[in-house]
Amino acid sequence: MPEIDTKQAPQSGLSGIIKEAINSPLLVPLLAILTAMVVGGVIIAMVGGNPFAAYLGLAQGAFGSFKALSETAVWASPYIFAGLAVALAFKGGLFNIGAEGQLALGAVTSAWVGYALPDMLGITLPPILHISLTIGAGILAGALWAAIPGALKAYTGGHEVINTIMMNYIALNMVSFLLNGPMKDRTPGNVIARTPEIAESARIPIIFEGLRVHWGFVLALFIAFLAWWLLWKTTVGFEIRTVGMNPDAAKYAGINVKRTIVLTMALSGLLAGMAGAIEVTGLNYRHELGFSIGYGFDAIAIALLGKTHPLGVVLAAILFAGMRNGGTRMQFLTQIPVDIISVIQALILLFVAADAIIRYIYRIKVEEERVTLTRGWGG
Amino acid sequence: MTDNNIILQARGVTKRFPGVLANDKVDFDLKKGEIHVLLGENGAGKTTLMNILYGLYHQDEGEMLVNGVAVKVDSPNDSIALGIGMVHQHFMLVPVFTVAENVMLGDETTRRGILDRKTVSAKVKELSHQHGLDVDPEALVGQLPVGIQQRVEIVKTLYRNAQILILDEPTAVLTPQEADELFVIMRGLTARGVSIIFITHKLKEVLAVADRITVMRSGRVVGTVTPEEMNEAKLASMMVGREVILKVKKGEAEPKEKILIVENLEVQDDRGVEVVRGVSFEVREGEILGIAGVQGNGQTQLAEVLTGLRLAKKGSIFMNGKDVTGKTPRPIIEAGLAHIPEDRQRHGLVLGDTVADNLVLCTYYQPPFAKWIVIQQEAVDANARKLIEEYDVRTPSPFVLTSKLSGGNQQKVIVARELSRDVKLLIASQPTRGLDVGSIEYIHKEIIAMRDRGIGVLLISAELDEIMALSDRIAVMYRGQIVTTVDAKKATREELGLWMAGSHA
Amino acid sequence: MDWRRFGFIFLVIAVLFGVVVAIGSKADSPVLIITSMLATTIAVATPLTLGALSGIFCERAGVVNIGIEGMMLGAAFFGWLAAIYMNTIFGFAPLPSLLIGVLFAMLSGGLFALLHAVLSVTYKVDQIIGGTVINILAVGVTGFLNRQLFFEKGSIFGGQVPHAPGVLPRIQIPFLADIPVAGRIFDQQPITIAAILLVIIAHYVLFYTPWGLRTRAVGEHPRAADTVGINVAFMRYANVVIGGMLAGLGGAYFTLESVPSFEPLMTNGRGFISLAAMIFGNWSPFGAWAASLVFGTAQALQINLQFYRPLIPDQWAFLQNSYIVGLAPYILTMLILTGIIGKTTPPAADGVPYEK
Repeated sequence: MPEIDTKQAPQSGLSGIIKEAINSPLLVPLLAILTAMVVGGVIIAMVGGNPFAAYLGLAQGAFGSFKALSETAVWASPYIFAGLAVALAFKGGLFNIGAEGQLALGAVTSAWVGYALPDMLGITLPPILHISLTIGAGILAGALWAAIPGALKAYTGGHEVINTIMMNYIALNMVSFLLNGPMKDRTPGNVIARTPEIAESARIPIIFEGLRVHWGFVLALFIAFLAWWLLWKTTVGFEIRTVGMNPDAAKYAGINVKRTIVLTMALSGLLAGMAGAIEVTGLNYRHELGFSIGYGFDAIAIALLGKTHPLGVVLAAILFAGMRNGGTRMQFLTQIPVDIISVIQALILLFVAADAIIRYIYRIKVEEERVTLTRGWGG
Repeated sequence: MTDNNIILQARGVTKRFPGVLANDKVDFDLKKGEIHVLLGENGAGKTTLMNILYGLYHQDEGEMLVNGVAVKVDSPNDSIALGIGMVHQHFMLVPVFTVAENVMLGDETTRRGILDRKTVSAKVKELSHQHGLDVDPEALVGQLPVGIQQRVEIVKTLYRNAQILILDEPTAVLTPQEADELFVIMRGLTARGVSIIFITHKLKEVLAVADRITVMRSGRVVGTVTPEEMNEAKLASMMVGREVILKVKKGEAEPKEKILIVENLEVQDDRGVEVVRGVSFEVREGEILGIAGVQGNGQTQLAEVLTGLRLAKKGSIFMNGKDVTGKTPRPIIEAGLAHIPEDRQRHGLVLGDTVADNLVLCTYYQPPFAKWIVIQQEAVDANARKLIEEYDVRTPSPFVLTSKLSGGNQQKVIVARELSRDVKLLIASQPTRGLDVGSIEYIHKEIIAMRDRGIGVLLISAELDEIMALSDRIAVMYRGQIVTTVDAKKATREELGLWMAGSHA
Repeated sequence: MDWRRFGFIFLVIAVLFGVVVAIGSKADSPVLIITSMLATTIAVATPLTLGALSGIFCERAGVVNIGIEGMMLGAAFFGWLAAIYMNTIFGFAPLPSLLIGVLFAMLSGGLFALLHAVLSVTYKVDQIIGGTVINILAVGVTGFLNRQLFFEKGSIFGGQVPHAPGVLPRIQIPFLADIPVAGRIFDQQPITIAAILLVIIAHYVLFYTPWGLRTRAVGEHPRAADTVGINVAFMRYANVVIGGMLAGLGGAYFTLESVPSFEPLMTNGRGFISLAAMIFGNWSPFGAWAASLVFGTAQALQINLQFYRPLIPDQWAFLQNSYIVGLAPYILTMLILTGIIGKTTPPAADGVPYEK
C-alpha cells in the first residue's frame, strides 16, 4: 500500500498563517463557545431579554474591573484543580465523575483540620504548618476516595463511571451527616449545616489588600504546570498516558496496568480534594452544605473544553469562572436569571464533545484523536 | 463479445479511499459454473473489489452486470437478491446465536410475528446435508470449531439461493486436509451450476483448484490466465511485479545452550476451558523452533503465558536459566525476551502515540531514556532516528503518530523495538499476517539474522509454508498438545498436515 | 439467570424484610408488614425497572447510555410541565392532564435519546461523554426553566407554582385486590403496572421476534448484521429512541405518580442505579427487574423504618439515621459491580461505534 504523506511543510505568508490558525487546536473550542453563546442569546431573546445587554453585563462582571478580575480568579482556583483532576483521569483513559464527592470530602476534612486541630493540640500553630496540614488532609481524603473506585476498576473490572457516581452519593450523605451532626457549627443562633470557621492560622493569605484573590490561585497555576510536567516529562506520566491510549499494549510492554489505574485515580482525587481544600482555606474559611454541588459536572465540561491539556484546563477554568462570576452582575443589570449560564455551559460542552457538529457548521477539516472511555464497560 | 456463459461482470471499477487507490479501472468476469481464482498479495485490492460486488462498498466509477444486464448494487440486500453470496475472511457470525439464528438473520421466517425457529432448523439441516456441509442447527456458533463455522457461512449463502459464491481467503483457517475437503465441496457446487470466485494469496492452492486465474496488483488487474500456462514462480512474479525468490536463504543452524525450557504447561482460557494441556518443549540459542497448527489449538494462550500476560495453571517456564513461571511481563522482558505479538495493533503498538515513544515502549524507564523518573527526551529522539534508519521504517519523522504508518512499517517499528535490545529469545506470533510480499521477505530475513546471531527463536504461525521455510525444527500443536516434533529438513507438507488435523494416533 | 445470582437476590430481600419485620412486629402483624413492604417495593422499583429496560434496549443494540438519569430528569420536568399546562391554562380535568403529561414525558425522553443517538451513531462521539453531556444538558435546562417559569414574576404562571393536578390514581386489579391484607400488593398506580407489563413485552420482543434478533445482532456483531443487509445505524437509532421513551416513562413516575411536584435533581441517582440493575440482570428484562426489586426493597426499608422509628432498639440506633440507611442502594450497587455475585457479559459490540 502506498505511504500516506503526513507532515506538510510549513507554508509561508498570510495563507500560511490562516492555515495554521485553522488547524490550531484552539479553533474548535473557540467556535464551540461562540456557537453556544449564539444559541444562548436566542434563548434569552425568546424569554424576552436583550442578549447584547446580557452579554455585556456578563463581560463586565467577569473582567470589567480589578474587583471583577479578582472575583474571577477566586472562582477559577477550585475550577482549575477540579478540571485538572478530570483531565488527568481522562489522559489515563478513566472517567472520574466522582470529582464532586472527592472535592466535598476534601473540603470537609480540611475544614476539620482547620478548626479542630489547634484546640486538640492546645497550641496555636504557625500558619505555614497549619495551612500545609489543612490542605494536606484535604488532598489525602480526596486521593483515598478516588483510589477506591480506582482499585475496584483495576482489580474487579467494575467500571469507574458508575462507581464514582455512587461514591459521590455516599460522600454527600456522609458530609450531610457530619455537617448536621458532629461537625455542625455550634455558635448560638446558627441553623445552617456548616462547619465552624477555621482558625486564622489555617487561612491562605490574600494577595492584594481589599481584594479576595488569594495565593491559592497562584498555587493552582503552579499545580497546572506540575501536571503538565508529570504527564509529558516523567516515566509516571508516560505510563499513565500509555495505559490511557492502549492498556493492552501497555501490559504487553511490561507496564503494571492495574497499579497505574489506581495511581491515576488517586492523583485525580488528590487534585479534586485540593479543589475542596482551597475552597475552605482560601475562600469561605469553612465548609457549608451544598457548596460543592455542581462542581463535578463543571469540572468535566472544563476538562473537555480544555482538551484535557493542563494549559487548556486553566483557560477553560478561567472562562467558566468568569461566566459564573459575571452571571450575577448580568442578572442584576438585566434580570436574566443566572441559570441561563448553566444552559450555555451545557451547550458549550455539547459542541465541544460533538466537535464534528462544529466542524460541519463551519466547514473545517481537522484530524482529531478519539477519546475512548467505554473500555471495560459492564465487566 | 457476447459470451452467453458470463454470469457476472465488473467493468472499469474504480474505488478510492483517503490516500489510496484501491481499485483502478478493474475489469473482471465470471463464467457460469467455473471456479475463478482472484490472486494477489495483501493490499492488492481483491477484497475491496468483492465488497463492491457484494454491496458493502460503492464504486466511484464503473459498472456491474449480471447476466449481461447492468445492475445497481447499493447494499447486501441487492446482491443477495441477485443471487450473490459472500463468505468473508473474518466470519460474519454472531457467536452467541445458534446456527439457525445466524442463518436466518436478516431473512427471518416468522409465524404470527414470532420467529419460526423450527422451520428454519429443518431447512438448514436439509440444505447442509444436501451439499455435504452437515451442521447442527441448534449449536451455538461460538462453540463450533472454525472449520464448521465456515460451513455455516456457506449454508447461509445457499439458504438465500446463491448462484454466485464469493469465498475470501477461506483456507486461512483450515488444515491442508480440510482445505482439500473444501475443494471437493466447491466442485460439488459448481457441478450444480453455482459459480465461485475464490480469493487467495496462496500460490499452491491456486493451481490445484482454479479454472481461471485473475491476478491483481496495487489495485489493477495484471492479467487473466489459465492454470495450464502457469507455475508458481510465474504467478508470484505476476503478483509482485518482479522476480520473487520463493525460497528463503538459510544457512545451517548452530544451536547452543537451551534458552527456553517449558515443562508440562497447562493453561486455561478466559472461560475456564483448558486450551494448553501439558506442553513441554525447549528452544536453543541459534535455532528456530516453529510451532505449526491451525489457529485455535492453544497457540495464542501459549504465547500469552510465555510472555507473562496470562498465568498458567500448572507447569514451569525457564528462560535464560531463570525461573520465569508466573512472572509479569516486565521481569520476563528484562530477562531477555523479545516478542512480536499476534495482534500488532492491539498488543504491539500504541497507535495514538508517536513512533519515537513506541520505540521505547519497553525501555522508557531505564537509562539512558530516564534519569530517576524524568524522561531524557534527547536520548529517546536519538534512539528513534537511529532505529528508523537502521530498519528502514518509512515515516516522515519520528514524531508521526504510528496510526499513520502502513501495516508493513508498523510491523517494522515493532521489530526494530524488539530486536534492538539485548535479547536472548524471540517469540514471534503470526509475524507476517496481512503484510505485503516485500515486508514478508524483510521480516523473514530479520528472523534468520537473529538466529544466526545466536538468539533462540520460537516461531508460531498458521502459515505452514512460513513454518517450513524458516524453522530448523517443527512442532505441531493440536488441541492444546504438541503431537509431534520433527526435523524441518525431513518434514513433508502432507505429513505435517495430517498431524495438524489430528489424524495421527 | 444462574442460581448464584438468584440466591443473592433472594437473600438480600429476605434480610431487608426481616429487619423491618423484626422491628415493626411490636406494632403490627408480620403479614401486614410484609405485604406493605412488598407493595411499596414494587412501586418504588418502577423508575429503576424502566431505567433498566431503557438501558437494555440501548445496549443490546450496542449503544452505551449513561444519560438515562438526564432523560428521566428531563421527562419528569417536561411531563409535569405539560400536565400543569393542560390543567391550568387549558382547563383540562386532572386525569387527562396527567395522561397528556405522561405522553410528553415519553416524548421528552425520546428527544433526548435522539440527541444521544445522533452523537453516538452519526458523530461517533465517545458514548460515555455523550451520555454525560445529556445529563448536564438536562440539569441545566430543567433548572433554568424551573426557575424561569415558576419563580420569576411576570412568567406565565405568575411566579408561583400552581396547584398541580395531583398524581395518577391507583388501579385496583379486579379479584386480586380484594384479597384481605395481601390485596394491597395489587393496588398500584398505572405506571407501576405498565412497568411490569413492559418487562414481559421487552423479553418477548428481544428473544422471540425478528426485531429482537436484529437488535441483538447489531449489538454483538454489527458487521455480520450489515453483511446480511440490516441497516445498523437505523437499528441503533430506533432502539435508542425506544430506550429514551422508556426512560421518559420512568421520569413520569417521579412527578406524575409519586409526588405531584418537581424538585431540581429529584431523580437522585436512580438513573445510574438502573444501569447497575441492568448489568446485574445480565442485560435481560427479567433479570433487571429482579435486580430493581432488590434496590426497591432497600428503599422500602428506608421508608418503612420511618414509621417504626420509635420502636428501633438502642443497639440498632444507627438505623434511625436516614443518612446511613439511605446509603444502602449505593453500596449495594458498588458491591454488585465488583462481580462477586457472578460475572456478567455485555453485548460484544457495546459502546463501539460502527465504522463501515
